[in-house]
Amino acid sequence: MRKSSVRLAAALAAVALVVTGCSSSSKTDSAAADKQLEIFTWWAAGGEKAGLDGMQAAFEAANPDTKFVNSSIAGGAGVNAKAVLVSRLEANDPPDSFQAHAGMELDGYVKSGKLEDLTSLYASEGWDKVFPADLLKTLTVDGKIYSVPVNIHRANVIWWNPAAATKAGITAAPATLDDFFADLAKFKAAGMTGLALAGKGDWAIAHLMDWMLLASMGPDKFEGLFNGSTSWTGPEVAAALVNFQKALSYGNKDAGNLEWPDAGKLVTSGKAGFFIMGDWASAQWQSDGLVLGTDYTWAPAPGTVGIYQWLSDSFTLPIGAKDHNAALAWLKVCGSKEGQDAFNPKKGSISVRTDSDLTLYDSYLQAAAAEWKVDRLVGSTVHGVNGNNALMAAYSAAAGKYLSGGAKDNAGLAKDLAAAYEAGKA
Amino acid sequence: MSKGKSKAHGGITSRWGGFFFVLPSIIAVAIFVYGMIAWTLNISLSNKNSSAVHNPKFVGIANFTGLIHDERFTHAFGNLIKFTVVFIAGTLISGFIMALLLEKGIKGEGVFRSVYLYPMAISFIAMGTVWNWLMNSTHGEGAAGINLILAKLHLSFLQSDWYVSPKSSMYAMALPAIWQMSGYVLALFLAGFRGIPDDLREAARVDGASEAKIYRYVLFPQLSPTFLTVLIILGHISMKVFDLIIGISGKTYITDVLAVYMWQVTFDFTNYAKGAAIAMVILLMVAIVVIPYLRYVNKSEEYN
Repeated sequence: MRKSSVRLAAALAAVALVVTGCSSSSKTDSAAADKQLEIFTWWAAGGEKAGLDGMQAAFEAANPDTKFVNSSIAGGAGVNAKAVLVSRLEANDPPDSFQAHAGMELDGYVKSGKLEDLTSLYASEGWDKVFPADLLKTLTVDGKIYSVPVNIHRANVIWWNPAAATKAGITAAPATLDDFFADLAKFKAAGMTGLALAGKGDWAIAHLMDWMLLASMGPDKFEGLFNGSTSWTGPEVAAALVNFQKALSYGNKDAGNLEWPDAGKLVTSGKAGFFIMGDWASAQWQSDGLVLGTDYTWAPAPGTVGIYQWLSDSFTLPIGAKDHNAALAWLKVCGSKEGQDAFNPKKGSISVRTDSDLTLYDSYLQAAAAEWKVDRLVGSTVHGVNGNNALMAAYSAAAGKYLSGGAKDNAGLAKDLAAAYEAGKA
Repeated sequence: MSKGKSKAHGGITSRWGGFFFVLPSIIAVAIFVYGMIAWTLNISLSNKNSSAVHNPKFVGIANFTGLIHDERFTHAFGNLIKFTVVFIAGTLISGFIMALLLEKGIKGEGVFRSVYLYPMAISFIAMGTVWNWLMNSTHGEGAAGINLILAKLHLSFLQSDWYVSPKSSMYAMALPAIWQMSGYVLALFLAGFRGIPDDLREAARVDGASEAKIYRYVLFPQLSPTFLTVLIILGHISMKVFDLIIGISGKTYITDVLAVYMWQVTFDFTNYAKGAAIAMVILLMVAIVVIPYLRYVNKSEEYN
């Protein structure tokens, strides 16, 4: 018995050697030459960390001699991590691979010449065939691709607690903004806060505003805001901001004290009605032990049914990375089916690949993956698709200023948003 | 023994020996303080307004004049002034009163002294997190933190928006800072009181002065150097306040101060030149407070 198991292990090891030998010879580089891999993310807790651990395991299985060093810096949406990253890039001391939102946020790094062109990796790994064409188009800058997306998140999701909705007499998800406001009034009448708001750090309020602009103006006018064809100070934005103001009036008064997980708890504990937040909320709640469908449920956010407002985390290869081969090996894991299916079910996002194994995902993610294929795709502003870091920071600050001023100065907000767009162009 | 002693003595009196002892610190200060200031000044006068600028050019004071028209800069500046006034006044008054009470030599003075000094041992970030909970802005039902205590005491009318209020956010922000620093001010003033020789009080008593008059005319005038020291220390802490704000409210517009805005401009907007300009403004503000004080101290030391 013992002898045979030893023999089996030896045979397996031999097979593994042959397999890794093959793959390294076919792809010409292997992580074996590099002793370590340093990746830089802002995934430090919860489902994000669990997902990253899954990808780390996949990397370590393929590259057992390379030490995986994870330099995580905590902070939602990367608010703290970006500062550290910027200074390291500026000092030409980049990590081997860092996390950044796909889209315009990456554009800043590309323009400043910090990233290596990864286009050839797309061809050699066959990603140009399994990643959706629309996404590839967004990733491409002047014919080149500089990052490997690992996931797709949806920003325009409305969450609520079924028990609280029943109590308020709400039976169906609000599909339009009119339904949404009617339901907010019902929550209020039932003695609950209509809409959970998180104002601390400003970005979650900007997230709500971003959805409201999209829901009120429609996808074409909304996208026009970021290519200059829609005016920020025109009547469409003004009308959207009136809706935004109305939605805020149903919010919790202590919004300024709360970050998004705190505001989410208002909803899951039945103190507040609706919550507009990206689908990472679902992963957070599941890691808190809540059950999808029982403790909380979801729908596409009102006014944006049939629209998928997306954002994507991606990994890059900075110029001057110390462990170049290890970084390439890591990026291959990031784009692989195994890597993505290890990462995404835990992160609470869907795989970028069209060939992912949906049985690994929960019911929300399965539905999201189906809609990702048919919906109109629109980028999220607060999460780096529509504008660079400067635009994002000014966009969030404008929303925060508006909320802290008692949500009164609509004209001032429109002016600040126009200025944010200008700041992004510089 | 005597041989060794004379050797050591000779080493200290040598002109160059002393210089070599402080040389490492002179070099470190020259590089890491003055060198970095010069570097920052250099960036603040350039057009490195994004990470895409690879060969920055000299643009004079354009970044500084730009700040005057930047609404967020003036907002953060105003916030900082409000914070500074309330913080310094609050800390001085509460620290001084506590020192007066302890100065009398009450029982268990050591206990009080350490209790009041403890807040100093807590980091601004940890304290900020706790004060964020305490200063929850919910009124009425669902109130938490201080507002809840007020409700339990039937003092609901005193409930406040704290730092979420657009008008008084910075006054609320000063509260935790006062709480933390007043113990330190107490210690400084107490040391000041203890430094006054008892003979002076005795003499005043013999001359028939009342207790109140002893304080007013004998003790308080002797405390003015302490008072100045406290003012300078609090002033420069206040100008540079960053971690407290980040700990309590994060990078939120309503509680923006110069140091937080500098950080945002530099790292979020990647506008290095503008960020450096804000840094220089903060440095200037601190210098205006500190340099006259240093001159005063040097002069009075020469005099002594």
